[in-house]
Amino acid sequence: MSAVAPESRLVATGRVGRRKRKSRIMEGVALLASLLAVAVLALMIGSVLVKAIPGLSLDLFTENQALFGEAGGGIANAFVGTLIIVAIATLLALPVGVLVAVYVGEFAPPQVSLLVRSSLDVLNGIPSIVIGIFVYTLLVLRFKQSGIMAAIALAIIALPLVSRATQEVLALVPQSLREASQALGISKWRTILRVVLPVTIGGILTGTTLAIARVAGETAPILFTSTLFTNTTSWDPRNALATVPFKIFVYSEDPDPNLHRQAWAGAFVLILFVLVISLSARFLLHRSRRKLRGR
Amino acid sequence: MAVRASELPPNALASRRSFRDRAGDLGLYALSASAAAFALVVIGALVYEVVDGAWPSIGHFGISFVWHQVWDPNRDVYGALNLIYGTALTSGVALLFAVPLSIGIGLYLSELAPGGVRGIVGSLIEMLAAVPSVIIGLWGILVLGPFVQRDLEPFLSSFLGWTPFFHGTHHTGGLLPAVVVLTIMIVPISSAVCRELFLTVPQELKEGAFGLGLTRWEMVRGVVLPYTRGGVVAAILLGLGRALGEAIAVTQVIGSAQGIHLSFFELGDTLASRIAAQYQGALTHLAVSSLVYLALILLVFTLIVNVSAQVIVKRFELRQG
Repeated sequence: MSAVAPESRLVATGRVGRRKRKSRIMEGVALLASLLAVAVLALMIGSVLVKAIPGLSLDLFTENQALFGEAGGGIANAFVGTLIIVAIATLLALPVGVLVAVYVGEFAPPQVSLLVRSSLDVLNGIPSIVIGIFVYTLLVLRFKQSGIMAAIALAIIALPLVSRATQEVLALVPQSLREASQALGISKWRTILRVVLPVTIGGILTGTTLAIARVAGETAPILFTSTLFTNTTSWDPRNALATVPFKIFVYSEDPDPNLHRQAWAGAFVLILFVLVISLSARFLLHRSRRKLRGR
Repeated sequence: MAVRASELPPNALASRRSFRDRAGDLGLYALSASAAAFALVVIGALVYEVVDGAWPSIGHFGISFVWHQVWDPNRDVYGALNLIYGTALTSGVALLFAVPLSIGIGLYLSELAPGGVRGIVGSLIEMLAAVPSVIIGLWGILVLGPFVQRDLEPFLSSFLGWTPFFHGTHHTGGLLPAVVVLTIMIVPISSAVCRELFLTVPQELKEGAFGLGLTRWEMVRGVVLPYTRGGVVAAILLGLGRALGEAIAVTQVIGSAQGIHLSFFELGDTLASRIAAQYQGALTHLAVSSLVYLALILLVFTLIVNVSAQVIVKRFELRQG
């Protein structure tokens, strides 16, 4: 033990020292990159928090835009509009997305399954503004702007997200569960509806929630589908409806500081909604996956 | 008592599969298959509608739309060169910043960060990915913009003002804030994919490298990066796809201007931001069609980028077995 002389400590010198220092520096760079990303997030959320406070009041949720130059007012119609449009989009995307995933996971031959999955990935990569233009040329030009049109555009964005999430949890259901059910003489459709889907319901719902969080903040598909709204609170999706992201977009480009305050306050509510939803969904997703894997 | 199979009525076993079972199987199959077919039809219809909507403009301007610079609604003359330049410049420069940042964050989260920190920093960066683009744009125009005009641009021009890239008047909007905003949008996506990739590197390979006496950085350069090279390219392409198509945040900060400028202080425009800025209604049929033509160009760009990312990922997965 005491054979090692105290002065020959294991300190890297010369070339080894240089290599170690270089490694240290690179580790520092990686740490800095992560800190930078976190700092940007903190800055952004911090600004939203600080700047939202003057604009946060009950009026924001109950009033509509004040007359030009007058103080006060709110974006009540935007909250209602976002609620309705996102709800319709979810109702459209959820069943189709789950059915597509059921087809891909339970019925389709491998080649077809690959084709459908790749196509959904392609759809997921298409810019949301192009999807807005698509709904515009396909539907809005033939009919008129409405909340339903915006919901259709958002549903197209949500579809690959819901479907992908469902495919992932379906793939985690143990094959033995399906085989056990079929060995009892239970038909395939009952096996899927009564055995497979109930196990995955948690995963499907969290995937859907994440999709909702994503589309609730989308602005680009709204631009061409639901912007010619009136300054009254409307619950009718056959009319064009105001939405929170669109209000933020328009107010951010307006010189009126009163509208800036409302844009920040709207951003605060939107970001709170999106972050709370996506964080809790992610948490639940991890849990349900762990449960499915039996750990 | 045992019943012999021959004593059962013929088709007894088959008839156990009741009509409801067979109808149910067929029904669910048909329903789910038609949902899948519907999804494919939507994608087909999307491509068709965008081409069809752009057709009048394609017929009028032809392919030269792509390299004509003038966008003048008053004379009903449209060309996309400005916007393609703006898109390529902002996305390209944003990528230049985002690539090293994403790889660094991926490495930190997969190799360096201690257990607790790893989860927290990982979720914070996922949160950054979840921030709606309109809020990034709002922050970009009201917080980042004034900072860029007051501090960043004077600072840059005092150091690099002799290059053509950093001179001119200082604006709150323009190409520079657009690049910053796009970098912020690319990094969380690319770094999340990078982290997942780096975690797939087999522990034995890393330990082997350490066993040979390599430092951590040498191990990363010699083992982790070569092992995941294809995947990192795919991660970058996915980020690029988002940057190319980002309309809202860029519209808010870029300032909607004509012309091709070398200086990052100038205002500019991109394909996506020009489309978004025209939402209040284009005047003529040809103007609408030209906007759809822009969407078509954007669609082609993003399809190329995303499909190549997918092909790379598939190859990577195949190799992983």
